[in-house]
Amino acid sequence: MSGALHAIDCDVHPTVPDMKALLPYLDDFWRETVEERGINSLETVTYPPNSPLTSRPEWRGKNGRAATAAAEVTAQVCDRWQAGVAILNSLYGVGLLFSEDMAKAFTSALNDWVAKEWLDQDPRLRASIVIPLQNTEYAVDEIERCAKDRRFVQILTLAMGEMLLGRRHYWPIFAAAERHGLPIGIHAGSAYRNPVTALGWPTWYIEDYAAQAQGFQSQVASLITEGAFAKHPELKIVLLESGVTWLPAFLWRFGKFWRGLRTEVPWVDRAPWEIVRDHFRLTIQPLDAPDDPHAVERAIEHLRSDDILLYASDYPHWQFDGDNVIPAGISPALRRKIAIDNPLATYARLKEDAR
Amino acid sequence: MNIEVRAKDRAQQSKLSIIDCDFHPRLTHEQMKPFLTNQWWSYLQTYGNRQRHGQAKGYNYPKIVPQASRRDAWPPSGGPPGSDVDFCREQHLDFYGIDYGILTPLGSSTGNGDQNVELSIALASAANEGQLAYWTAKEPRLKPSIVVPYEDGVASAAEVRKCAANKEFKQVFLLSKIAEAHGRKRYWPIYEAAAEAGLPVGIHAFGYGGWPLTNSGYPSFYIEEMTEHATGAQAMVTSMIMEGIFERWPELKIVLIECGFGWLPALGWRLDKHWKRLKDEVPHLKMAPSEYIRKHFWVTTQPMEETENPDHLLEVMNWIGFDRIMFSSDYPHWDFDDPFVSLPPSLTDEQRRKIYSGNARALYRLD
Repeated sequence: MSGALHAIDCDVHPTVPDMKALLPYLDDFWRETVEERGINSLETVTYPPNSPLTSRPEWRGKNGRAATAAAEVTAQVCDRWQAGVAILNSLYGVGLLFSEDMAKAFTSALNDWVAKEWLDQDPRLRASIVIPLQNTEYAVDEIERCAKDRRFVQILTLAMGEMLLGRRHYWPIFAAAERHGLPIGIHAGSAYRNPVTALGWPTWYIEDYAAQAQGFQSQVASLITEGAFAKHPELKIVLLESGVTWLPAFLWRFGKFWRGLRTEVPWVDRAPWEIVRDHFRLTIQPLDAPDDPHAVERAIEHLRSDDILLYASDYPHWQFDGDNVIPAGISPALRRKIAIDNPLATYARLKEDAR
Repeated sequence: MNIEVRAKDRAQQSKLSIIDCDFHPRLTHEQMKPFLTNQWWSYLQTYGNRQRHGQAKGYNYPKIVPQASRRDAWPPSGGPPGSDVDFCREQHLDFYGIDYGILTPLGSSTGNGDQNVELSIALASAANEGQLAYWTAKEPRLKPSIVVPYEDGVASAAEVRKCAANKEFKQVFLLSKIAEAHGRKRYWPIYEAAAEAGLPVGIHAFGYGGWPLTNSGYPSFYIEEMTEHATGAQAMVTSMIMEGIFERWPELKIVLIECGFGWLPALGWRLDKHWKRLKDEVPHLKMAPSEYIRKHFWVTTQPMEETENPDHLLEVMNWIGFDRIMFSSDYPHWDFDDPFVSLPPSLTDEQRRKIYSGNARALYRLD
């Protein structure tokens, strides 16, 4: 790791320009499938390409896209914002596919593309393993395949899926994560198997985006109630682009019902907020809080933990203006923890020399 | 929450006036019979309710106790909890010295969310008659809510206009889990009729809209169902703001009943933050989302969030506004909040007066 005092940016997004980019990483059958069936793009409506949130305007290149090459990302995130390490989380829509076999092929191609076109280009880059959650066995295979490359530091899933992530169906993935010391990252996004709200499909994009925070709440509740941490005590979860400030009130409510209903889930043997502090981490962008630094300070105080937040720019998503990756209202001592200590404690592989 | 059996001799008059904004009368199907046609009564006997889930009798998620009710709320007369006016009066209204209770009838007998909307229309009307006949006629401290067959906006508006002529009805009553998000056009006739009648719209947690409780499908446990009512309510509030209903009906007032309230400030922050970036999508909004929350939403207290640090609850209450929080007990359900002990002790007298009765008295125009 270059420069021990440099921040670790835990949420950066490489953009896949189109399906052609993945062709070299597919076998003949799937390459032909892409061409014959006219599969041009797997971009998702989670981030409509032209939406202001998808990229800050000045970061868009001639083709209108941002972050299509490693040098673009490192110039902004590592050089300008002084990150010694940036973790790449690809949001390309392989999770939307319904064919398990196609999902497996395209997901593997995506991970190989990230390794070759990104990780090989700059030693400051790390990445998450995207997994074909459509089939648990395939997902575990993909973890085993990619985890050999120590530059992969996390397993990546989305906030909204076909089933809640705590369900026992997915536990082989948690076993693999524990085996390799990899946290499970849950990023904003959806496989679009269920409506994005409990009230169906809303009208406006801003409602879709707001509903991501509801997806995170449901995943936290599921992982805890199903007993994932009782079974896998080393399991760590990182909530990426979650918005953060929904967490305290969610835990107060969930904790209250745990007190009243714990007989239903006897393996949850301590309060949810304790479990969250031990097993969950959240990235700092976006921080859904008012601009007022005092309000930010109060909202952070409600988390009751200095260990829980991780530095992240969410580049190229437009979450803040200027260079204020860490919002005003966070103390200098906490800034250091967020930027360096907490990420190092979360991602074991960052302490290694990756090559 | 408490399921403690209180000794009668501990009954006391609270120094403060109390208005309970969530009191559940149990209207039985049998009680609906006089208000239904023979055809609908016969239909109910043969086919029963179908509320967008698979259980013919009972709930998707079995409750933690029978009827989700306090063990001590089963009346000696033999009916289900919340069905015996005299027992409710003694156990709840008199015991706590409650000035008024707002009736919030739940259950399939009210027709809420039935797949058969014509049945919902018939049952909603019967539930409104039933509240008057079985409850308010016997106990004038109890005030009825207008049950509407909400999946049919036009029929709901007609029911609101019919009932609103009787000033006893204090609000229009919806549930939080319905077939589409509450801001969607199909529900606009309800808001139009409520605004015209000058009645708040009370939205109680629960219901079956036919969608999974989370955007990752159905959870496994009742504890998750209970927790997820807040996420559903977040989508509901978001929709009502983003669809612009408060620009259309600027006088409209919404009461969130049993939805919790701790999440409301953070939701406002999230909507404000991303609205700044995405406001060109929703040009019909004339102010920040949190300003609509501040202006148009009231909350009831139960189930009150339990914070680790008591100051944090007060901070959240302050962010919402002490003029917007109204006490509710959820009698006779298991997670009942006791009027004597559930509010934070460090509230000022003025704050307590507002929460226990002042805000509800003004909103519902009681007295």
